[in-house]
Amino acid sequence: MNYEELGLKMGLEIHQQLNTEKKLFCPCKCELIAEKPDYKLLRYLRPTQSELGKIDRAAFEESRRKLEFIYESYDHETCLVESDDEPPHPLNREALEIALTIASLLNMNVVDEFHTMRKQVIDGSNTGGFQRTGLIATDGHIETEHGKVVIENLCLEEDAARRIGEKKGKIIFRLDRLGIPLLEVTTDPSMKHPEQVRDVAYQLGQVLRSTKVKRGLGTIRQDLNISISEGARVEIKGVQDLDTMPKMVENEVKRQIGLIEIRNELLKRNASVDENIHDVSKLFDETESKIISKAVSKGGKVLAIKLIGFKGLIKKEIQPGRRFGTELAGYAKKMGVSGLFHTDELPAYGITMEEVTSIEDHLELSNQDAFILVADEEEKATNAIKEVQRRAKTAMIEVPEETRKVLEDANSEYLRPLPTASRMYVETDIPTTVIKRNDLEEIRANLPELPDEKKDRIIKEYGLSQDIANQLVRLERADDFEYIMSKTNLDPTTVGSALAYTLKELRRDGKDISKLDNEVLVETFSLVDSGKIAKDAVNEILNGICDDMGSPEEIAIKLNLVMLSESDVESIIDGLIEENIDMIKERKMGAMGPLMGKSMAKLQGKADGKLVNKFLKDKIQNIISG
Amino acid sequence: MVYKGLSAEFLDSSGLSIGDLIKVEKNGTSYFGILLDRAEDPDEKHIVIKLNSGYNIGIDVNNATAELVESGDKPKIELAPLNIEKDAEKPDISIVSTGGTVASVIDYKTGAVHPAFTAEDLIRANPELLEHANINGKAIFNILSEDMKPEYWVKTARSVADEINNGADGVVIAHGTDTMHYTSAALSFMLKTPVPVVVTGAQRSSDRPSSDAYMNLISSVVAAKSDIAEVSLCMHAEEDDSFCYLHRGTKVRKMHTTRRDTFRSINSLPLAKIQKSKLKLVDKAMVYNKRSTESLIIEDEIEEKVAFIKSYPGIQAELIDYHIDKGYKGMVLEGTGLGHCPEELIPSLERAADESIPVIMTSQCLYGLVNMNVYSTGRRILSAGVISGLDMLPETAFVKLAWALGQTDNIKEVEKIIHTNVAGELGEKSSEKFFLN
Repeated sequence: MNYEELGLKMGLEIHQQLNTEKKLFCPCKCELIAEKPDYKLLRYLRPTQSELGKIDRAAFEESRRKLEFIYESYDHETCLVESDDEPPHPLNREALEIALTIASLLNMNVVDEFHTMRKQVIDGSNTGGFQRTGLIATDGHIETEHGKVVIENLCLEEDAARRIGEKKGKIIFRLDRLGIPLLEVTTDPSMKHPEQVRDVAYQLGQVLRSTKVKRGLGTIRQDLNISISEGARVEIKGVQDLDTMPKMVENEVKRQIGLIEIRNELLKRNASVDENIHDVSKLFDETESKIISKAVSKGGKVLAIKLIGFKGLIKKEIQPGRRFGTELAGYAKKMGVSGLFHTDELPAYGITMEEVTSIEDHLELSNQDAFILVADEEEKATNAIKEVQRRAKTAMIEVPEETRKVLEDANSEYLRPLPTASRMYVETDIPTTVIKRNDLEEIRANLPELPDEKKDRIIKEYGLSQDIANQLVRLERADDFEYIMSKTNLDPTTVGSALAYTLKELRRDGKDISKLDNEVLVETFSLVDSGKIAKDAVNEILNGICDDMGSPEEIAIKLNLVMLSESDVESIIDGLIEENIDMIKERKMGAMGPLMGKSMAKLQGKADGKLVNKFLKDKIQNIISG
Repeated sequence: MVYKGLSAEFLDSSGLSIGDLIKVEKNGTSYFGILLDRAEDPDEKHIVIKLNSGYNIGIDVNNATAELVESGDKPKIELAPLNIEKDAEKPDISIVSTGGTVASVIDYKTGAVHPAFTAEDLIRANPELLEHANINGKAIFNILSEDMKPEYWVKTARSVADEINNGADGVVIAHGTDTMHYTSAALSFMLKTPVPVVVTGAQRSSDRPSSDAYMNLISSVVAAKSDIAEVSLCMHAEEDDSFCYLHRGTKVRKMHTTRRDTFRSINSLPLAKIQKSKLKLVDKAMVYNKRSTESLIIEDEIEEKVAFIKSYPGIQAELIDYHIDKGYKGMVLEGTGLGHCPEELIPSLERAADESIPVIMTSQCLYGLVNMNVYSTGRRILSAGVISGLDMLPETAFVKLAWALGQTDNIKEVEKIIHTNVAGELGEKSSEKFFLN
């Protein structure tokens, strides 16, 4: 595909959780909780009206779904702020500092005064019905091979509640995630090549990870904005894997091209959408379709609409394996139905040719016309079919602007309309924060190293292998490494590999490695440094610390890992020589090998091999020459 | 405009006013946005603009330049009239607003929140109200709950009486929550009503989608249509948006600074539970005034010079003397435990009685009955002439004393009124069920 000709434009939006001690507006910890909740709260949300009685498009659609929300909360881990039963506490300064650091790393202009806003979101993910967010900085940039990319905005906001599931029409959220500080980085929509997007995402990731941010699944979320000249801006949410980005772009461009082709064909056919909704339930009195008979037996209805001039287009593929019909169904599903049936796929799913003909007769369809069927409770079915009508009408005009969710195969499905811009107003419960220029200067004077820079530096400075250095940076152990190196005289590889590999193994074995703080690590390595234990004993000592066996030295004694003194080693070797004097006399220096093995076995790693070697060599030579 | 100091000068010299689209240049960055007013704060150097993205930011005017891009009008909200037709089948409910926002309109262009007061505003924000009744809305004043004064209780009582005289089948009063229980107690004493009078409010402002205003309002309208012709208070019963409780106006108190279920019946059960627009009595044995059994009587004389004093370790008698010297006509003492205060206060309490100033003893325990016969200090306080507030809430006793003194300055008469159950404020019997519910 020739992206340039199509006028492809892309922008990136990254949401990164910060690893602060407390949440953005309350003192709760920023941790997800696996335990069963202590409370469940039932809440409803209503969109508030804006001027001219106009209600936000996205907000209005959510409210039409009349959803009830359940919020799971805890005695200790959550508080009344998350449950919207207490006003927010003042802005978390630690989060603000991290945001300012990142703003500086991205060459951005920091605002003089930070204002917290309320952004209306009534899908239940925020207990208040709005997300708190504020603009920290604007107008930054990063360099890429394909040119400079502008970083438009950096916002500090609170993360939403965690969606747990759905039960009897009620959506269940957990309050653990709500309020974790989140940074939103937005680029301008100027990127023209998928590779450039990947590069920007990578670089932004590097910048974010040089500060105190959360790691792991779900702690960073990336949204991609895509449009082509004739299409529309579409936001694809939840992009996880950078490598699928080019494929995703391709599929979205295909979808927009497909929709434009459908539009053109519809215009040519002079197509239209009939406004009437027909109750065709009686045509299905004896149907074999399980979906329909189940809906009708529960008192539901089968509703049909007429799409004049649409025949054959509903089955048109617009993304690999997804048809225009799938798009229409996406809109219907948002109203709570499980799906729809359309002309182009029938007869099928237990719906017979006779039934199809009877519908066509009932709706007075010509051979270019199509119908759509939805079977469910009357209210749900009506809402769903109205959505399909609305979407079908748009199909004759344009590609709709919408928010979509990424699917595993790099396709996407409809989520909701793009939010209109006008849904923010000020959070009156939080005072504004002046960002003092002195504080900003101090942050700028102490910017962290980016991960790649750090890796290159420690390789050069300490002679570490590429792999160890890489692991240290990735595991955020590089600073610990440098600290330990400043306190001991050990060789860097011993310390580096312990931090890079041993700790990882211990964690894999289920040990609590948070007990291995820098002080205890320095103590352990100092034992090696001073010759009290062998290098090989480090693993066992660290293991012992995780198991609460005491201080490194106590563990060394308990586990019998303390090195023998030179004179102890010498007297053990003397004993061995005496026992094996015949062999030495016979084999001369050839006795070195077997005696070395015997010595080491007897010393059980409590002596340095080099020392043993020296003693043996000297003593054998003495015997031979003596 | 609340701008002052440097920022006011800056705007003035740049010829800019609120609502204008402006461009601000600062250290090489330019910002485009609508100039907004500041919220009240001591700041003197930051101007606030709303960017296209919807975000507000503050810009320090030092080293900044600003120019007008397009002058803007002061935003005003114009909503089209609704043309609601009256439904003869439905009851007429009046909603009287005293302040606090029951409904709000947000102007997203500037982010301003405008309280809505007229009946139409209310209906626009809560169209479901029309399913229950013909709604007639009236804003009588717009004051914060903490600024309520006894004279406003009187105005409110008169407005409610007007609504009832004009044929309202029930009246809902929208009120800020801080002093809502004082007002509900005051109206309870001042009005004998043939129809329900329901006070309600919101703990979460109505400009947010999670506001409790909507459920409280709908439930109040349901209560106003009911058979319970008393002054009551209707608010969330739980942290959930599950149901509301209707509390007796004299037996209810705000118990939490922020929770939705802050109002609790004290020394009593709530009157009723309102769930999904259905009202159900909480206790079938509960006695209440039924609709149309009383005719409307308004007794709105109030003595405003009444003091409300809390006893505490180390309290000095001079505090009592001060109020006597200053000409206070009555005092409510919020005593400790069963109704006690330090012995040192007793001479001053005797002096109050001598000067015909009634002192009512209540308890800061809130729950339970005042009984000054159990300990010797209590007996001495009693013989000093202090009147027991029995199981009345201190706030209710305060309002009742102000009302009683509006009718008589005879201390014996006052005592008689205090010990007569006027509006369900006195309960003879304590039940297991009355504590912490």
